[in-house]
Amino acid sequence: MLRQIEGSQAVARVVAACRPQVVCAYPITPQTHIVEAIGAMVKSGELPGCRFINVESEFSALSVAIGASATGARAYTATASQGLLFMMEALYNAAGLGLPIVMTLANRAVGAPINIWNDHSDAMAARDAGWIQLFAESNQEAADLHAQAFRLAEEVSLPVMVCMDGFVLTHAVERVDVVTREQIDAFLPPYEPRQVLDPSAPVTIGAMVGPEAFEEVRYLDHARHLDALGSIEAIAEEFAEVVGRPCGGLLSPYRTQDAELIVVALGSVLGTIHEVVDEARDRGARVGALGITTFRPFPLDAVRDALGGDARLLVVEKAFSSGFGGVLSTDIAMAVEGAPSRISTVVGGLGGRAITETSLRRVIDDALEGRLERLEFLDLDRGAVEAELARMAANRRSGPVAENMLRSLSASARRTGGGRP
Amino acid sequence: MTLSQFQVRFHGRGGQGVVTAAELLSVAAFYEGRYSQAFPTFGSERAGAPVAAFCRIADRQIRTRSPVSRPDAVVVGDATLLHSGDLFAGLGTDGYVLVNTSGGIDRPALDRRLAELQTERIAALPATELALRHLGRPVPNAVLLGGLAALCDVVSLASVQRAIAERFTGPLGAANQAAAAEAYAMVAHPAELSGASPD
Repeated sequence: MLRQIEGSQAVARVVAACRPQVVCAYPITPQTHIVEAIGAMVKSGELPGCRFINVESEFSALSVAIGASATGARAYTATASQGLLFMMEALYNAAGLGLPIVMTLANRAVGAPINIWNDHSDAMAARDAGWIQLFAESNQEAADLHAQAFRLAEEVSLPVMVCMDGFVLTHAVERVDVVTREQIDAFLPPYEPRQVLDPSAPVTIGAMVGPEAFEEVRYLDHARHLDALGSIEAIAEEFAEVVGRPCGGLLSPYRTQDAELIVVALGSVLGTIHEVVDEARDRGARVGALGITTFRPFPLDAVRDALGGDARLLVVEKAFSSGFGGVLSTDIAMAVEGAPSRISTVVGGLGGRAITETSLRRVIDDALEGRLERLEFLDLDRGAVEAELARMAANRRSGPVAENMLRSLSASARRTGGGRP
Repeated sequence: MTLSQFQVRFHGRGGQGVVTAAELLSVAAFYEGRYSQAFPTFGSERAGAPVAAFCRIADRQIRTRSPVSRPDAVVVGDATLLHSGDLFAGLGTDGYVLVNTSGGIDRPALDRRLAELQTERIAALPATELALRHLGRPVPNAVLLGGLAALCDVVSLASVQRAIAERFTGPLGAANQAAAAEAYAMVAHPAELSGASPD
């Protein structure tokens, strides 16, 4: 049903339509609207057969989901940022045990310094935890991916994390065709677990495994991830047949045919990138974009096919590995032959800084002209950085960096009579 | 009317409902078959703190996610914000301005960009007074939308009313609708607006 709706509300409705049996969560911005809405549906009786379990921490939220899933219940939770990090031990357990939990990650920066706004450092921190990670480009995709996530998780017996940009998507009100319960019922069969804690047929789940078999168990995780690549494509196709529009899958290429520059990114920034790609095409520049919808498992072959040829690659990332550089761009480099000389990484949008058309236009022009370094920071305030470096060089006890930056920004705002918008 | 893209920036203070105003405007545009997108400047919400929210309306899918930097209309929910920050940044000379104030707007003194605007594209509306009278609370968001519908014709009053009714049920919805209708009339017929001439 077509609605003008907040992203969080659309996701809550789709999750509810998937008939979860246990939903547990601990509130953390910017995820809270989703579980609040599901909680209200459970309370009003709109979601029969579902228990909403309030817990005292994110660690407990995922632990409850693990217990519920192990007894054969369809389980869902949601979190963001520090909440995801607090779940970290349980994240590995959910994946290692092969429990098909679905989680929304409302992507938010990780502190310190504390910051409630959007970037991808939380998702990247959990990159190797064994979860499938899908990234939504719009609220339509965020809503649809949740329906696919339950189907996928249960088919391959792995947990799935649907990543949607915090605030940028969770709090944006836009047009979404929200799938109905009838459409979901035609697409998502009841959960049939591979393993279940059942008193009438007792099994042990989570036994200690020593060096004699640990590597084999881990290899099987990897094999299931690789199998999931095929399932993701098949499920996306089947979903498209049910709802009559394409959604999900491994990748989302945009005007990459004959492109001499392809911008690669995850998540909602792709919308802004598409606008800038169209402008560039209008003035004759051969620019395209590639969205990575499925980040884990990483679709190496599909990426190689999509980025074949000799186009320059500009990877725009909302996260990076301190002391090294891009995270996604490392994966892209693995996929593409001759990549190191073709790739530039631009880190931007950290802690909620807007990635604007103007800034994207500038880096695309720089990339086309071959003026980009291998690693750049979008709209970095070099003056402020240099001033702090100078202060640190001049004074051993230079104080806390974050507070110093805030003080120097407010001082320069007073001088110029304005601040950062 | 075909529309390539119309962008509105709302400035207000926490508690005035400017985020809801942007959302309701997007819903009103949706009812008229357009694409629209509303989102706030995301922050730790505190009553009284400056807040901005955005709404884009277009005849095709809106893909950009960046904040509105070149608004076609600026709505100021609290006149005390007029002297803090650059509320009119990016506003073109063909733009629209709606200010919640019981007094007039001293255009040139306020901002040279306002002096360049066409007189009929700038309006002062005693939105808080209207809200207090109709709702008994100083929440001017629905009132401002009524005024905006009259000022720039990008959505109809009927669609604004429908969006209000969908969001606020019962007496609160009815009171907000009445307040929006009165605001619409005041901005559509400024001659009858006492003590709030645009200049």
